Amino acid sequence: MMDFFNDYRKLYLSALGLFVLLTILVAIMPAISNQNNNSPLPTEEALSDAALEGKAIYVANGCVACHTQQVRNLDMDKMWGKRPSIAADYADEERTDLWRNTATLMGTERTGPDLTDIGNRQPSAEWNLLHLYQPRAVVEESVMPAYQWLFEEKAELEEGDVEVPVPDAFRKGVIGKIVATKVALNLVAYLQSLKQAQLPEAIPAPEFLYKREAKTTATAGGGGDLGLDGAALYAANCQSCHQASGAGLKGAFPPLKGSQIVLDDNPEVLIDIVMNGYDARPEFASMPAIGTNMNLSAAEVAAIINHERSSWGNSARKVPVDEVQKIMDLLKQTAKK
Amino acid sequence: MLLTTSSLFPSAAYAQSGSTGDGGLFSLPGILITITLLIIPVVAALFLLVVKANALFRNIQNRKDSEEAIRFAAYLKSLNVDQLGALQKDREHQVYHLNNQELAGPFSPEDSRGLLSSINEQANIRFIEAKRKAIVRPGIDPALSRLILWFLGTATFWLVFGTSVGEYVGIKFVAPDVDQVSWLSFGRLRPVHTNAVFWGWSSLAMLGLGYYVVPRVSNIRLHSSKSGWWSLILINASVVLGTIALMAGINNGGGEYREYIWPIQLLFGIGLVITLVNYLRTVANRKTTEIYVSNWYIVAAVMFAIVISIVAYVPNFQNGLGETIIQGYYMHQGVGMWFMLFTLGLVYYYLPQQLNKPIYSYSLGILAFWSQIFFYTLIGTHHFVFSAIPWSLQTVAIVGSAGMIIPVVSGTTNFLMTFRGAWHKVAGSYTLPFFIVGIIFYFTGSLQGTAEAFRSTNLIWHFTDFTVAHSHLTMYGIIAFFLWGGIYAIVPRLTRQEPPQITVGIHFWMAFIGMMFYTVPLMWGGTMRGLMWMEGLPFIESVTMMGPYWLWRAIGGSLMWVSHLVFAYNMYNMINPRKTVNINDTAIKKLHANELVDIHDK
Repeated sequence: MMDFFNDYRKLYLSALGLFVLLTILVAIMPAISNQNNNSPLPTEEALSDAALEGKAIYVANGCVACHTQQVRNLDMDKMWGKRPSIAADYADEERTDLWRNTATLMGTERTGPDLTDIGNRQPSAEWNLLHLYQPRAVVEESVMPAYQWLFEEKAELEEGDVEVPVPDAFRKGVIGKIVATKVALNLVAYLQSLKQAQLPEAIPAPEFLYKREAKTTATAGGGGDLGLDGAALYAANCQSCHQASGAGLKGAFPPLKGSQIVLDDNPEVLIDIVMNGYDARPEFASMPAIGTNMNLSAAEVAAIINHERSSWGNSARKVPVDEVQKIMDLLKQTAKK
Repeated sequence: MLLTTSSLFPSAAYAQSGSTGDGGLFSLPGILITITLLIIPVVAALFLLVVKANALFRNIQNRKDSEEAIRFAAYLKSLNVDQLGALQKDREHQVYHLNNQELAGPFSPEDSRGLLSSINEQANIRFIEAKRKAIVRPGIDPALSRLILWFLGTATFWLVFGTSVGEYVGIKFVAPDVDQVSWLSFGRLRPVHTNAVFWGWSSLAMLGLGYYVVPRVSNIRLHSSKSGWWSLILINASVVLGTIALMAGINNGGGEYREYIWPIQLLFGIGLVITLVNYLRTVANRKTTEIYVSNWYIVAAVMFAIVISIVAYVPNFQNGLGETIIQGYYMHQGVGMWFMLFTLGLVYYYLPQQLNKPIYSYSLGILAFWSQIFFYTLIGTHHFVFSAIPWSLQTVAIVGSAGMIIPVVSGTTNFLMTFRGAWHKVAGSYTLPFFIVGIIFYFTGSLQGTAEAFRSTNLIWHFTDFTVAHSHLTMYGIIAFFLWGGIYAIVPRLTRQEPPQITVGIHFWMAFIGMMFYTVPLMWGGTMRGLMWMEGLPFIESVTMMGPYWLWRAIGGSLMWVSHLVFAYNMYNMINPRKTVNINDTAIKKLHANELVDIHDK
C-alpha cells in the first residue's frame, strides 16, 4: 500500500480525484440542478432600471455584510416575511456582468435587520433617505454607517430635487439644503422593490419550524389583548418613524403624543391609517399601509393602538379587540366597493 | 466526555422539526460541546495561574521566614559568654572547607584547549525564563533563503495592514460615525480586512514556510527559486489590486472571501499554479523513497485551492441558488482545504523538528489526511442551514460536520503524543508555546464548528457574532499561531539572527489574551442575541444589548493588533542585518588595507 503512495503521481491524483468527485457531488451537481429546476414566481415583479442600479450600489457598498435577504423556515424569522423564502425567490438572479458574479445576497450575518421584505415593511422613501443620510436621526441606537456621500449640499433646490429633512442635531455644519443624489434615489428604489412575492395558490408555503410556545395568558374578560406586548409591536412596526418618545420627527413624521387622531374616542380613523396608510398632510412624509403590508391581526392592531393611546401622557379609552375587528372588517368592505 | 456527547448526536443532527426540547439550553449537545471546548483554554489559563500563585506563596513564605530570623537574632542576643563560645566553635567546624589547592598546588589552572567559551556571567532579566537559542542548521541556499524571507516579510506587512483595517472596522461597531468617507465605510472595509489576512498574510506566510519544507523533506534543492518569485509577485499584486478595488466599490457580488473580481483573483490563481508546478517537480525529483506526510498535505492543499477557485469563478452554475450552494462550498473549502490542510502539513514538519523527535504516528497523519478530504468537502452548505437550499443537502453538510471529529481527534492526538516525554522542552523554547496554542485551538475551534452545525444550535447562533468569534478562534487561534511558530523556528536559522526573547514573549501573550477577550464576549453576546431573536423581541433591542460585547471585542482586537506590531518588530530584528563592529576583525582588516596601500606607495 505504501508503495502505491510512494509514487507521487498516484498519491496526488488519487487525492485530487477524491476531492473533485466529492466537489461534483455536493457542489456542482446540486448547483446545476437548482439553477435549472427553479423558475421565478409569476407574481414576482422584475426590477426597474432604477432598482437595478440601486442593487449595484447595494453590492458595491457591501450591505450584505450586515443584512441578510433570506427568511428561514424558523418561527423566529416570521418577523422578516410572511413565509419562508423558497428557491423560486432567487431564481431570477443571474450573472451581473462580464466582471461580476451573480449577487444572490442571501448573506450570512444579521448585524442589521433582514431586508427580504423591507419594501413592504418600510416603503417610505422619505424615511429611507433620512435613514441613509444618518441612521441615528431616526433610530437612535443604530450602529449602521451613515452614507452621507450619497447626498449633496445645495443652496437652492432645483427642479426635481428631493430634499431630505435632516434634524438640526445631525446637520453638522451643513447650512444649505441636503439633497439626495440619483445614486441615493436608486438605492432607495431597490430597497422599495424588495418585497416577498405572493405564492400562487397551487404552491403551499413551507412551514415555519421550531414554533415558539404560545404564551399562556389569562385573558380575563371578553376582548382581552391575548397577552400581546403593545410596546414591542410598536417598537417593531412604528417606532422607526414615530420614535420611542411618540414625538415623531419635525418635518418628517408627525407626533402621536397628544395627536387628536390617536386620542379620538372613536378609533376608526386611527385604525384606517394604521391599516391603509395616510398622505393628507404635505408637511409630513406619507405613511405606508403598514397594517396591510405586515398582515397585522386585529389583536395586534389593538395592542399597538392601545399602547399609543396610553403612553407619553396620552390617555384615551382602551379599545377592545372585537371593536377593532369590526372596524377592520368594515374597512375591508368599503375598500372592496 | 466525547463519548457521552457523541451519543446525543443523532437525535439532534437529524431532527427535522420540533421544538428545542424541555431540558432547556443545557441539554443541547452543541451547547454542551461548546462549553466543554471553552473550558479547555480556561483550564490551561488556570494552570498558569496556579503556577504564578505558587510563586507568590513562596514569596510570602520567604517574608515569614525573615521575620522568624529577626526573632531568632533577638534570642541570640540574650545568650551568655559560655553559650556563645560553644556556638562559635560549632560554627568554625561547620564552615571549614578544603581550599581546592591541596592537590593542584599554588598555580592557577590553564584551559589550554579553549574548552570554556562565552561564559555568561550576567543572566537575563530575572523574571523571564531564558530560552534556548536556535541551533545553527546546515546552510540553506541563499537564493531560496531570500525568497522565503520575502514571502514572510510581505506576509507580515499584510498582517499588520489587514488587522489595522480589522481593528478600525471593529471600532466602527462602537463609534459608527467615526468617519463618513465612502472608501472607508464599513461594508467596503470588512472584505478588505478578511481578504488581506486570508490571501495576504496567511497564504503568503504558508507558501513561504512551504518553500522551506517541501525541498527539505524531499532532501533536494527547490526545483526553481526563480518561479517562486513570480508566485510572490502575482499574489502580492492580487492583494494590492483587490484591496484598492474593494475600497473603490468594485466587488464580485457579495459572496464572502470571493469579493475580488475574477481578473484580480486570477493573478492569485496563476501564482498558485506556478507554486504547484514548482512543488511537484521538487517532490518528483526527491532523494527519499517515501513522500513525507508534510508534502501530502502541502501539495494537496495547493491542488485543492486551485480547484476551489475554478469552481468558485466559473459562471456556468452560478444563477439563482446555484450561487449560494457554490458559495457555501467555496467559503468552507477555502478555509479547510487551503489554510487548514496546508498548515497541518507545516506542523507535521516544524513540530517534530522543534521537539527534535519524530512524529508520534505516521499512520494517524495519513488517516487524518484522507478523512479530512472525505468529510470536509461535504460541509460547505452548513452556512445556509434553514435557508432555501434543499433540506437534504443541508443534512449532508451537518453529517459531514459531525464526521470532522475523526480527522480533528486523530490530528490532535498525533501532535500531543509527539510532545510526550518532551514537555520539559516547552519552558526553554520560544516557538513551542505557539504550537501548543495552535493545537489547543485546532481541537477546540474545529469541534466548535461541528457543534455550531447542528440544527438545534444553528437556530441560536446563526447570523450572530458567534460566527465571527468562531472564525477568529480558527483562522487566528489555529492558523496564525502555527504560522508564527513556524516563522520563529526558521527565520533565525536563515538569517542567523534571533529576535529579542522578551518581545517574542510579549507578542505571544498579547495575541493570546487579546484573542480570548475578542472571542469570549462575542460568543456570550451572540448566544444572548440568538435567544432574544427566538423570543421575538424587537430587533433593535438585540443591537443595544450587543453594545458592551462589541466594546470588549474592540479591546481584545486592540491587544491582538499591538501584538502584530511587536511581531513586525521581531521580524525586522531577525531579518535586518545588524551592523555590529567586531573590533578584532576590523582591526585586522585595517592592517591589511594599510599594507596594501603601503605596497602601492612603494
